[in-house]
Amino acid sequence: MKALCWEGVNKLSVEQVPDPELRNDQDVIVRLIAGTTCGSDLHLIGGYIPAMRAGDVIGHEFVGEVVETGSAVRRHKVGDRVVVCSFVGCGRCWYCANDLWSLCDNTNTNPGAGQALFGYETAGIFGYSHAMGGLRGSHAEYVRVPFADYGAFPVPEGIDDTSALFVSDSVPTGWMGADLAGVGPGDVVAVWGCGAVGQMAARAAILLGAERVVCIDRIPERLAMTERHIGAETIDYTTTDVAAELRERTGGRGPDVCIEAVGMEAHSDGPMHLYDQAKQQLRLQTDRPTAVRQAIHACRKAGTVFILGVFAGVVDKFPLGAVINKGLTVRGAQMHGQRYIPMLLERMAAGEIRTSHLATHALPLDQAPRAYDLFKHKTDGCVRAVIRPGR
Amino acid sequence: MKKALWTIPVAAAGVAVARKAGATRRSEDRAGDRWLTVTVNRPVAEVRPDGELPGPLQRFAQEIDVRVAPAPGDRGTELAARFKEPTPAVSTSVPARLAGRDPRQDLRRALREAKALLEAGEVLRPDAPPTTRPTPGGKLIGLLGRRSGGEGVL
Repeated sequence: MKALCWEGVNKLSVEQVPDPELRNDQDVIVRLIAGTTCGSDLHLIGGYIPAMRAGDVIGHEFVGEVVETGSAVRRHKVGDRVVVCSFVGCGRCWYCANDLWSLCDNTNTNPGAGQALFGYETAGIFGYSHAMGGLRGSHAEYVRVPFADYGAFPVPEGIDDTSALFVSDSVPTGWMGADLAGVGPGDVVAVWGCGAVGQMAARAAILLGAERVVCIDRIPERLAMTERHIGAETIDYTTTDVAAELRERTGGRGPDVCIEAVGMEAHSDGPMHLYDQAKQQLRLQTDRPTAVRQAIHACRKAGTVFILGVFAGVVDKFPLGAVINKGLTVRGAQMHGQRYIPMLLERMAAGEIRTSHLATHALPLDQAPRAYDLFKHKTDGCVRAVIRPGR
Repeated sequence: MKKALWTIPVAAAGVAVARKAGATRRSEDRAGDRWLTVTVNRPVAEVRPDGELPGPLQRFAQEIDVRVAPAPGDRGTELAARFKEPTPAVSTSVPARLAGRDPRQDLRRALREAKALLEAGEVLRPDAPPTTRPTPGGKLIGLLGRRSGGEGVL
């Protein structure tokens, strides 16, 4: 079959690879209907995520059709249209049982690598390096889905493929940020980043009752999209002082909840960006935490900062003093999708959450490298490029 | 004088490394005897029914001591194992670990597999082949991946 392979730093190509096979009784094989580029893929394409091998298939956000089921699969049958959570959970370890699915104990096939990086390993994730499980990615004609009874969800008839696709990762990631940050009625919420995850975090905050939601970015079309489709206010950080703007909009208090949805390759227009970039290129830090620093400084006293962006290792100039002295709660997590996906599909069917506007571009699998090029450089207003093997 | 300033961080780093090495040696002296432990999200009666060892540990039955105890906070069962005979210190076992011949690797892997079987009913197998392009860097990651199931912090 054809698949999009990582061939080295900033090198992608579509290659012929062996078809996936059922390797465990609880697996299913899914024929891809559509997948999407994700900002976190850019980190591994750029060589910031360790333990990639040339020839690895990437991609983790997808919708498809079940074409084969393992002997122990109970909840799926051939022909089911399913959206699959990007993180794989066994469903029965203590973490899965407590709805902390991205921390599953049993789905990272390289636990020693994850433990060397983080102290304890994360769950496995599709197409995201051998340190994060070593599972093949979804930018292919077919993908094997382990523990499918827990990670694959039937898509209701009223939801089209493109809309359902984003329930695989972007929508639950955004929802989790707002939910675990404790957003509630009366809150003012600031969200750094107007990509798909940032927009979904903003939408979640609105649905959870936030009084005002303010999103921060520099890309005009993304800011406009956030205002139009999400219903949030926006700030273009290239035209104003973000912290001052947020103080002004919150009666001087600062936002109650700050959600960072940018990650390890953050941009900014100040000298700190040059500093962070230099240190990252020299490998003196692995990640650029620009937006995290801003969020911590801007957050009100005793507020909450939630880090949704992907970070791989260590950062410099982390404002620990502000965290302590302002009494902040700082949380982060990879996505516990299985906890939210059924509820999110219901909300989507009810029209509360819309995602189709995120799919600004659609390309066939043969042109997947170009899809990532458009996405990386935000060319032609690209927010997400949808990759369809069948087109 | 200015030129000599570089010696301060270097000396400080040297002292730190020496202290760390001392600490590491002390901890390594004990490492061979340390219990390797997993917590299984199942009750004690299912982890060791009628005193039986979980399947993956049975081949070690004559070589290991096993300890089973309820985990606090309704977290299941703590399952611990260690070799009856002391194993080599971590520092002297690096070649064996790279070659996949350190006995602790097999025991760690068996503990992880026991936990996975008891909780999830199967041990997740990686996709095969893991990749399609043999490169030197890829082979190194492949080697580390093969050892990974037996390494880590258990």
